[in-house]
Amino acid sequence: MVQYYEPQRDYGTPAASGGEAVALQIDGIDIEVPAGTSVMRAAALAGVKVPKLCASDSLEAFGSCRVCLVEIAGRRGYPASCTTPVEPGMQVQTQTPALAKLRRGVMELYISDHPLDCLTCPTNGDCELQDTAGEVGLRAVRYGFAGANHLEAEKDQSNPYFTFDPAKCIVCSRCVRACEEVQGTFALTIEGRGFDSRVSVGATDFLGSDCVSCGACVNACPTATLTENSIIEQGIPEHTAITTCAYCGVGCGFRAELRGNTVVRMTPWKDGRANEGHACVKGRFAFGYATHPDRITTPMVRDSIEQPWREVSWDEALQFAARRFREIQERHGRNSIGAISSSRCTNEEVYLVQKLVRAGFGNNNIDTCARVCHSPTGFGLKTTLGESAGTQAFTSVDSADVIMVIGANPTEAHPVFGSRLKRRLREGARLIVIDPREIELVDAPHIRADYHLPVNPGANVAVLNAMAHVIATEALHDAGFIAQRCDRESFASWLEFVSAEHNAPEALAAATGVDPESLRAAARLYASGGNAAIYYGLGVTEHSQGSTAVMAIANLAMLTGNIGREGVGVNPMRGQNNVQGSCDMGSFPHELPGYRHLSDAATRGQFEAAWQVQLDPEPGMRIPNMFDAALDGQFRGLYCQGEDVAQSDPNTQHIEAALSALECLVVQDIFLNETAKFAHVFLPGASFLEKDGTFTNAERRISRVRKVMPPLSGKADWEVTQAFAAALGCDMDYAHPSQIMDEIASLTPTFSGVSYALLDEKGSLQWPCNESAPEGTPTMHRDEFVRGKGYFAITDFVATDERANRRFPLLLTTGRILSQYNVGAQTRRTDNSAWHSEDTLEIHPHDAQERGVSEGDWVGIQSRVGNTVLRATLTTRVKPGVVYTTFHHPVSGANVVTTDNSDWATNCPEYKVTAVQVSRVSAPSAWQARQQQFDRKQRDLLERARTDA
Amino acid sequence: MSTRYFVPRDATARAVGADAVAAALASGVAEHNHAEIVRNGSRGAFWLEPLLEIEQDGKRVGFGPLCADDVPAILALEAHEYATHDRYLGPLEQHPWFAAQQRVTFMRAGLDDPLCLESYLARHGFEGLEHAVHLSPGDIVDEVTRSGLRGRGGAAFPTGVKWRTVLEAEAGQKYIVCNADEGDSGTFADRLLMESDPYQLIEGMAIAGVAVGADRGYIYLRSEYPDAWQVMHTAIAKAEAAGYLGQDICDSGRAFHLELRLGAGAYICGEETALLDSLEGKRGVVRAKPPLPAHQGLFGQPTVVNNVLTLAAVASIMADGAEAYAGLGSGRSRGTLTLQLAGNVRHGGLVEVPYGCTLREVLDTFAGGTRSGRPMRAIQVGGPLGAYLPESLWDTPLDYEAFAAAGGMLGHGGVVVFDDTVDMAAQARFAMAFCAAESCGKCTPCRVGSVRGVEVLDRIIAREEGARNLALLEDLCDTMTSASLCAMGGLTPNPVRSAIAHFPEDFQ
Repeated sequence: MVQYYEPQRDYGTPAASGGEAVALQIDGIDIEVPAGTSVMRAAALAGVKVPKLCASDSLEAFGSCRVCLVEIAGRRGYPASCTTPVEPGMQVQTQTPALAKLRRGVMELYISDHPLDCLTCPTNGDCELQDTAGEVGLRAVRYGFAGANHLEAEKDQSNPYFTFDPAKCIVCSRCVRACEEVQGTFALTIEGRGFDSRVSVGATDFLGSDCVSCGACVNACPTATLTENSIIEQGIPEHTAITTCAYCGVGCGFRAELRGNTVVRMTPWKDGRANEGHACVKGRFAFGYATHPDRITTPMVRDSIEQPWREVSWDEALQFAARRFREIQERHGRNSIGAISSSRCTNEEVYLVQKLVRAGFGNNNIDTCARVCHSPTGFGLKTTLGESAGTQAFTSVDSADVIMVIGANPTEAHPVFGSRLKRRLREGARLIVIDPREIELVDAPHIRADYHLPVNPGANVAVLNAMAHVIATEALHDAGFIAQRCDRESFASWLEFVSAEHNAPEALAAATGVDPESLRAAARLYASGGNAAIYYGLGVTEHSQGSTAVMAIANLAMLTGNIGREGVGVNPMRGQNNVQGSCDMGSFPHELPGYRHLSDAATRGQFEAAWQVQLDPEPGMRIPNMFDAALDGQFRGLYCQGEDVAQSDPNTQHIEAALSALECLVVQDIFLNETAKFAHVFLPGASFLEKDGTFTNAERRISRVRKVMPPLSGKADWEVTQAFAAALGCDMDYAHPSQIMDEIASLTPTFSGVSYALLDEKGSLQWPCNESAPEGTPTMHRDEFVRGKGYFAITDFVATDERANRRFPLLLTTGRILSQYNVGAQTRRTDNSAWHSEDTLEIHPHDAQERGVSEGDWVGIQSRVGNTVLRATLTTRVKPGVVYTTFHHPVSGANVVTTDNSDWATNCPEYKVTAVQVSRVSAPSAWQARQQQFDRKQRDLLERARTDA
Repeated sequence: MSTRYFVPRDATARAVGADAVAAALASGVAEHNHAEIVRNGSRGAFWLEPLLEIEQDGKRVGFGPLCADDVPAILALEAHEYATHDRYLGPLEQHPWFAAQQRVTFMRAGLDDPLCLESYLARHGFEGLEHAVHLSPGDIVDEVTRSGLRGRGGAAFPTGVKWRTVLEAEAGQKYIVCNADEGDSGTFADRLLMESDPYQLIEGMAIAGVAVGADRGYIYLRSEYPDAWQVMHTAIAKAEAAGYLGQDICDSGRAFHLELRLGAGAYICGEETALLDSLEGKRGVVRAKPPLPAHQGLFGQPTVVNNVLTLAAVASIMADGAEAYAGLGSGRSRGTLTLQLAGNVRHGGLVEVPYGCTLREVLDTFAGGTRSGRPMRAIQVGGPLGAYLPESLWDTPLDYEAFAAAGGMLGHGGVVVFDDTVDMAAQARFAMAFCAAESCGKCTPCRVGSVRGVEVLDRIIAREEGARNLALLEDLCDTMTSASLCAMGGLTPNPVRSAIAHFPEDFQ
């Protein structure tokens, strides 16, 4: 059913939490609401509409617009309903002649300083000021328009996504409050007093200000003062659909707002549990890539990568690929082909790819991009707690007292959760940051970390062990919890291990680079500051000891009893929208869906029965194994869906050689990405707007992705995989992704209660969702660990081989930035590049001076495996000895420099530590020159396909 | 025998030449032995400033107003000749202008060097606090409640009720905030008290702290009062050194720390919630109530916000007992009222009288007619947001309820007199212009309404569509009165409407 466009419901003030029920009467209607609820919200809940302009249920009541006045029996005057809490027995009148006159009087004042251009205004028909003028029956502005006004105020069009038109501003402060309360950036303020009060960015313009373009202000604006440029250009939407963001692992719920098949706006969905109405610059605005001219919408094939592409039919492309794959298998054996699935795709699509490999290819050579990000999380949490997933819901942080952030940068990489975290910190929660870099949380408006431990890259395990040492030796641990909930033997041997002197902060100081006293203080705070929650990211996993660090984190949580309830836990910040889901769906070579090992005959038997095939019990190749095997000639065919390994995997030159060695590379993507330039078959992919399915976010929340426009290529990705399988003789017969989910549910105990019907009803579900948790599981390990007793793994610190020395004296570490997303394939094709048009190398001024490097200089970054050239940014965010860059632009070649080192347990690459030398240079690196040449050639070959067609 | 000379150091006295008088005195008395010059506070008779008092043999007489040139002649007089001087005032307690007053809060004002702690103690200073620290918090609050003391800033809220609320609020930290942002035109009582008797305010605040369980207090002082800042600043340091402030006040084991903070020139920061925002380091913008500051005030904690005079009154209430204070006054207005006579009057200054006498009595007794010598026409009582009263209302008793019934308000006790040359339409316009200049800008009736008010009054003054614009102005006043967020916008119509109602001829 089509949902016609209307603004999302707004109850005026936030819900009151958990007070006793208060009964009152509004316009004669009886209603009960929790104590602390405003009269305005109570009225809305009673179905009574009170006019309002400055109120919104995402913001604290403010009381400035004075149109929501009501009469309350026994009270003098006309209290504002937004700032008046309900009281038992209150009798409220919202419509009386006196109120009508007052409201008209206030509206008359508003409109006396507002342009009368409603008919040509971008938000005509979607404007609260306009609606309110109508509601109160304003008929004339007796003041005239010759008086003082702001009608000539100049627009600020510096932000690429929205326009600030102060002539239309009614100074309700909703934007300012949204920036403070919702986003926590404090970029906006009111400048001037009285009639001169104006919204100001405290800089020359929006783009030059602290604004992070999250859009909260635009959402909050009741007029056309802050309006999306897409709305200005295209008009207000006519219908809407609820879907889920395809950027990071926060998994924000969005309302796609459309005109026909054109998305004109993405609005954060207020009922989205992960984001509760908030968004970031990516999800909110950077959706234009979906219709970018670079989209490839016709299948293409070629015999070699030296040849131009040939546009062909779907059937021909799939037959071409299937034939080659079968030939390779005939010549080189069953195991000579494999597939890589994508954390960007839906659960259903990921499930199908692994099914294709196991049932169609007849091997287990399936891996997924989680290999290079959170595979240590899966391993580490499974080993210690029993489940490969984070333990909490995002809302859990609202009751955390101590928050420890290690190797994560939420305000850049998980911005919507970052805002929630900052809100809690502003409420008074304490903060420990463990990061080589001074991330924003260390010192942000109204936030300051209690402890920032600037760990040397590669020494996380040492820091975590030292913290555990302090807690254990100072007897700050939760003995009761451990005795009741954890494995006694493993704890005893771990306790002996961790209490040993070599794990003391002082003994490890040289390795960690962290002041032992600060470390001790941080450990004490974590252990004794109330509810303590750990949030970690790729700065933990992407190390040679990534899995060890994850286990050390779990140890800390168990040691202090900080697990199994709200406000605590171990929380991996998943990088991509569906990392959790792709792992859940059996994308690893050794595991079937639901993290069940292939070697388990019973599980295998279930799948064999359902799929009507014999499954190979031997685990297949991981991604790095595939590349090594390709260079050895044993692996020759790869189906790569939605992952750009040529840009994102470490040691680029190694990857390029491996890809070049393949006989048949089938790439399925929405763009001709770096990997596709090595491909023989190109299968056009579909963006998240073009298909149905589900994503699972970092809190195990399964949310619906809904098709809001037809696939540009005619097929959604699940349909392509299904057709490819058919071409290989592996029949699949799904008419809709809901049927794929039904199959997943029937074969996976943690998903057995999941269905599209239940998802539609509940909005989203956190797995496990089954008979014992029919509505899902917000907090895991409540009464016992999934594995039974929590397991303390010994986490010996072993320094990485990748050490700084005289030749490579600096340690390079990498990270993400707010406006760009991973390899940048999407965000680089949007106006987000206004904020970040190139990757630069952050270097401490001291290291820069030693090398004669000034701000903006080109610098060569040389590691043991390669070198690249970037511009230098001098900053004290990094400490001396550490350099840092982002990796959003292919030409940056960040991964030309990173090495083949990887996590001992999972092969997750050690992206976060590379010993390098940095020096001033005057030209791009040899690799960059080659890359540009190769890029030009491949674009040309693509162009020829298009002109030939 | 030693002679003591008193020349006020008060800002008003200095503004009219007290420093020059003191300097002339200093050079004059250098020749005399045993002479001491005391820079006392002002007694508040500004029309007599610069005032010089001479104390000899336990007898203290005054001369004023003086200029520096008068000093040598006075110094040349023998004591028995003083009365021959044409500026001789005699003992000031006996001067009719003072004798007709009942000084309670301003009992000590002008008698001593305001910073001399010994003098303060000698005049029963800190007796209230010494008494209070031996009482339970609830008993102190009861005492204040029984005194009938109401907020002297203008809102007249019962102080005991406010304190009780803060006392009963559960919180780890509570605050006492003194509103010393005295912004009403024609008012100066807070300043006079701080410059003349600073320890009394300190004592009152410490009592408040002990009473409600607040160990921290702030005085929010307007930046336009540099002399008051200097006096308070020094007084706080001396009180702390003497153990009346700090970690252990009066050896009671209770702490009260006091800080002095300066405003930045915004009238609206005299509004208590805007004051709290400003004190927190934010723009001074009015907060919606509820929550009341008593529940969530400074930094979100339970906070007593009281005016200077309210807190100062507490010191004498605790020293002399609630009954003594409650014994003064009329109706629900107990104790004394501090009026500040200003504008077009001959005898401007501070007058402290019990509530209940009429405005006319006060004017007749103290004002001495207009300075211009012309008949009085209108009197604005209660600051720039107070009503303009015509002569027909001057018999209204000075008590909160009686004044409200007459359409006026006592406010902070400002009395500004206008003679018959006043243009009441211009005064009405000024009220709107003042609101436009001082509005914080948060709520629409005040932010936009005041500007439109000026425009409409301009049209009325220009005799453009008078009837239509008067009707529009009436509607606007309704909107501002009933819909404004705080008293700034809500009371601005008072002077406007009273001017139109009582002086319609100026709008025709």
